[in-house]
Amino acid sequence: MNIEGVDVDTSKRQFLTTAMTVVGAVGAGYLAVPFLAQMQPSTKALAAGAPTEVDISKMESGQLLRVEWRGKPAWLLNRTSEVLEALDTLEDKLSDPMSNESIQPEYCKNRYRSIKPELLVTIGLCTHLGCSPTFRPEVAPSDLGPDWKGGFFCPCHGSWFDLAGRVYRGVPAPTNMDIPPHRYVTETLIIIGEDDVEEGAEA
Amino acid sequence: MKSKHLADCGNWILKRFPLAKLWNEHMAQYYAPKNFNFWYFFGSLALLVLVNQIITGILLTMNYKPDAKLAFDSVEYIMRDVNWGWLIRYMHSTGASAFFIVIYLHMFRGIIYGSFKQPRELIWIFGMLIYLCLMAEAFMGYLLPWGQMSFWGAQVIISLFSAIPIVGDELALWIRGDYVISDATLNRFFAFHVIAIPLILIMLVFLHLVALHEVGSNNPDGVEIKESKDPFGVPVDGIPFHPYYTVKDIVGVGVFLFFFATVIFYMPEMGGYFLEHANFIPADPLATPEHIAPLWYFTPFYAILRAIPDKFAGVIGMGGAIFVLFLLPWLDRGPVKSIRYRGGIYKKALLLFVISFFALGYLGTQPATPTATIFARIFTVIYFGFFLLMPVYTRWEKTKRVPARVTHQPTLEERIQDLKQLFDEVTVKKPVKTADGKLVLKRKPDPERLKKAGIRIVKKLKDSLD
Repeated sequence: MNIEGVDVDTSKRQFLTTAMTVVGAVGAGYLAVPFLAQMQPSTKALAAGAPTEVDISKMESGQLLRVEWRGKPAWLLNRTSEVLEALDTLEDKLSDPMSNESIQPEYCKNRYRSIKPELLVTIGLCTHLGCSPTFRPEVAPSDLGPDWKGGFFCPCHGSWFDLAGRVYRGVPAPTNMDIPPHRYVTETLIIIGEDDVEEGAEA
Repeated sequence: MKSKHLADCGNWILKRFPLAKLWNEHMAQYYAPKNFNFWYFFGSLALLVLVNQIITGILLTMNYKPDAKLAFDSVEYIMRDVNWGWLIRYMHSTGASAFFIVIYLHMFRGIIYGSFKQPRELIWIFGMLIYLCLMAEAFMGYLLPWGQMSFWGAQVIISLFSAIPIVGDELALWIRGDYVISDATLNRFFAFHVIAIPLILIMLVFLHLVALHEVGSNNPDGVEIKESKDPFGVPVDGIPFHPYYTVKDIVGVGVFLFFFATVIFYMPEMGGYFLEHANFIPADPLATPEHIAPLWYFTPFYAILRAIPDKFAGVIGMGGAIFVLFLLPWLDRGPVKSIRYRGGIYKKALLLFVISFFALGYLGTQPATPTATIFARIFTVIYFGFFLLMPVYTRWEKTKRVPARVTHQPTLEERIQDLKQLFDEVTVKKPVKTADGKLVLKRKPDPERLKKAGIRIVKKLKDSLD
């Protein structure tokens, strides 16, 4: 009984309070969906992933060509036979030499991580925190030491990759550099972002 | 007649809003310990810098364009064509660094005088949340000029989230709003930087002050002044915040502005530490600058990130280095607040921590060579050791007796006297022949006495660590 002598059904009040709270929370939950989802990539951003064509007829031996694909740097590297021989000797120093943990199309899951051994196509971003590594093809430069057999060095946090984009052991980067889907249109024309495989491997 | 109208007007407001009560509770009758020293300037200075950032920030938004195509040029436009734009921009960019200097000193004050300890744990937690907001604010603000460092710094920091297992990649994508750092990222960071985080920040500052005024300020002796009150209920060691500390703080503001203005007018880039050189090049998504480093206030944590040779563990280490500060009130089991009465083991641990913080800060600005990485690992261990071993070594502490009332410390004049005495002690008067053949008495340092005084000072320093 309250002051005015009226019986108060407290359990009814409690039920109404709880019911209101639950309904309110559900409503807030529903409202949170559009609020949070509006920060996802927009339809326009999703549509911007057009493939990039690259003419490789003028590439010289040992040359690195940088192009843009989906706003990211895509690299094409023309590797000499000495480089390919050096790649064969590195496997015990690499953390994922056969690319079992790394991202690449099925047709590039091999030692040289490419369709044709001499031409590497890769995304030029470190798999650690996304810096673009520097291209250091020279062997044993003074700043990197005698173990360096040529490769990509990430200046941000010191990750080492070989010239197939494979990551060394004991560096911060967890996996090899990503290989985008790509295919040869002709001998000298490559298209990045498209491949022959149905339901193309993950990009 | 006129004054009566004015009084009526005042009363009209006071009946409707507790202006006088608020003023008394938080200024004129808020009793702060009378023994505040140099370290106690930084709280009010932080408030000053916050006001500076808000005002200059609002002015900058009037000419800045949060658009990937226009942002870089609009900052240059502010620097060259907007009236006084260079001043406002440099006040804002220097203010960011000044904010961190002031906040780091303010936090260090809390650590040395035990201001985080019971009953002030919540003040410390609110303060740490303010620090987190500041870091978010600084990081997002740094993307806005859309220079090379803006772009690649954001690339690295957002990639930190992708290290989280399972949801990481989705989370990073959601934060960026695109597959790469792009216009969408810039636009949302602008929204966070100018409205979302500042609102939270101001709210937290309010909570920080409410909690402080509830329990009252700590002081360099770590004595609770509320435990000795006069018959009127006023703490005997307390003085009203206004006018005593408002006036004192104005002096602090004067000295601070002297340094602040010097930086703004003569070295706004601070040799690449306040504004990095690579950020004067527009963002290029295809090429990372040769050497990337965050601004100086993030470098200790960045060095920890680089020291750990595993992506996820590195991110955990970096986050942990900040998170562990939140736990400080519960890690420290020492019964004494102020460093003046704490045991030698804590003083030595704190010294090691300060050294490791500076060393990590330096290493974070340098390229990641193998030697630097080894040093970074050693200092990372010391950094975490200071916190994680704290529950153990603070139990072994042999503390000194804490006085019941606050103590008197030598004033500046007394210290100058001491210095004069020391000067007299280590020098002797010697006759010296001048160029024209006259003999004059000149004070010359005496090696024997210098050595003696030196040994005494070193001994005193060593004793102060016990």
